[in-house]
Amino acid sequence: MIADGTAHTALRAPQAAARPIRARLALTVAGFGVLTIAACLLAPLVGSTPISLRRALDTAIPFASNVDAQILFIARLPRVLAGALVGAALASAGVVFQALLRNPLATPFTLGVSAGASLGAMLVIILGGTIAVGPWSPVPAASLAGAGLAAAIVYALANGPRRVMSTTVLLLAGVTLNAFFSALIVFVQYLADFAEVARAARWLMGDLDVGGFDPIVAALPLVVAAGLIFARLPAALNLMGVDPDSASARGVDVASTQRWAFFSASLATSAAVALAGPIGFIGIVVPHLVRLLVGVDHRIVLPASALFGATFLVLCDLLARTLMAPVEIPVGVVTAIIGGPFFLWLLVREG
Amino acid sequence: MPTASSTYLVAHEVSYAYPRRRGRDAVVPAVSGVSLAVARGSFTGLLGPNGCGKTTLLKLMAGVLRPAAGAITLEGRALADMPRRTAARHVAVVPQDTHPAFDYTALEIVLMGRHPHLRPTQLEGPADLAIAHQSLEATGTLQLAQRPFTSLSGGERQRVVIASALAQQPDVLLLDEPTASLDLGYQLEVASLLRRLSREHDVTMVMATHDLNLAASMCDALAMLRDGRLLGYGPTEEALTSATVRQLYDVEADVQFHQASGHLTVTPVRRAG
Repeated sequence: MIADGTAHTALRAPQAAARPIRARLALTVAGFGVLTIAACLLAPLVGSTPISLRRALDTAIPFASNVDAQILFIARLPRVLAGALVGAALASAGVVFQALLRNPLATPFTLGVSAGASLGAMLVIILGGTIAVGPWSPVPAASLAGAGLAAAIVYALANGPRRVMSTTVLLLAGVTLNAFFSALIVFVQYLADFAEVARAARWLMGDLDVGGFDPIVAALPLVVAAGLIFARLPAALNLMGVDPDSASARGVDVASTQRWAFFSASLATSAAVALAGPIGFIGIVVPHLVRLLVGVDHRIVLPASALFGATFLVLCDLLARTLMAPVEIPVGVVTAIIGGPFFLWLLVREG
Repeated sequence: MPTASSTYLVAHEVSYAYPRRRGRDAVVPAVSGVSLAVARGSFTGLLGPNGCGKTTLLKLMAGVLRPAAGAITLEGRALADMPRRTAARHVAVVPQDTHPAFDYTALEIVLMGRHPHLRPTQLEGPADLAIAHQSLEATGTLQLAQRPFTSLSGGERQRVVIASALAQQPDVLLLDEPTASLDLGYQLEVASLLRRLSREHDVTMVMATHDLNLAASMCDALAMLRDGRLLGYGPTEEALTSATVRQLYDVEADVQFHQASGHLTVTPVRRAG
């Protein structure tokens, strides 16, 4: 630990002189920010087809005949940006859900939001649907609607007659809803033909090949809105993570913080799943890795997880594109193969 | 008790009932018509059987619950009329035990006591860090500052939680059975810390407890609650008698002055028929 040099001396125990929060926050955001920017700049240059950056950026060559530019701007860049957005959304939603439920093993998908989203997407994929909602094409629109429905059901159950949410009811309702929606998904798939089932299964694996910038632009406002709400939560989440009653005695409006946390984390999760399908493990692996590196203060963990989530998913997608090139592995498989063993290691370590 | 300052922390005929769940049991008041006048700098004990309303009364005094009738005032101002954060700058709470969901360090726990003094997104500065260090020092836990809270012993944890409450710089400290989950050694450790803090800092203490001997050794005044009503209230040596113990707990007990410890002691004899 480094003494912070400020005048409040009389510190007899040097180890108690922690670096002040402001410096830790700046350092952490700068460090993880550099990683994120580096990943987003380098990832589009790497892939199954080698491209030349100089040629891609050469304005003398018309875009229509510049294959390198087409690969960079049409195939790879949207994919990298989608990865960054989805990774940031899922990782920070994971942090908020873990704090809300006071359970470090919670994920953005624990409360049924992703199962609701998946059911919505399945229904459109299999029954067919053509209703685009604003900038959203039918499958993501249905997935958003399903996520909203799931969140509304869980919220109504947990809110009950008392003002403060019961996190136990929240967990039980979420887990039950997850199982229920999963059963409906299986049922819908059972009724479908093979081609539809294959498409549906592919969606469930998660895919960052979103086909251009439009879906990203559609999801961005939702993620930004969630992020703005997130920014007001961490101090209150810290206190509630110690003890909700003590937090209340210290002036935290626990009921309101819970509602905003639930709403914003559900919003970020819904947008991410609508954009790229339910990509697992980001929301649990990233917050835990970040906590190992920077401690558990949510004011630091939240921004660091958003940045590291973006980096992690961009890199996982890079692996998905290149490991078995020209065959692509679904990115959800890559995150699961990395995240699964890590999650188990965490369980053993914390158990 | 000095009557001049007995307008400090006052409960005026306070009542409270928890909101019932739809259509279930009738509303049973948790606290009804309780009046207390706590002198500044004094140490008051709240005694009574489980479910008598001690914790509810503490929550009312902390401003966490709003009384259904009556009012709690601190120097004449009603706590319920203050914003929560303002109330939290005057009144701090020490719970029986604390189980954080995340691995905060002791210093992080103590710094959270600064929350009511900061704006919602304001980060704590050097002044807050200095207050946290003073609080750690006052509770003898400065050397534990960087240790994970969950790695501490029960007594160390409770001292860190008390340091966190002190970092709130409160005028009043409300303690909800602060020694109940500690073994005898830690009980004495925490008790002597509380005694020292109440003497050396100008902090008024109100402590709910089941430990009659602890109450007798620490408290200037005792308030006795049963079924949400005040059975007795007065200076410890007058309030704590065999008769009040029987009324309170249905237990026959021997209450005597103990020379070596310098305070009353209570020896339970049998359950009263």
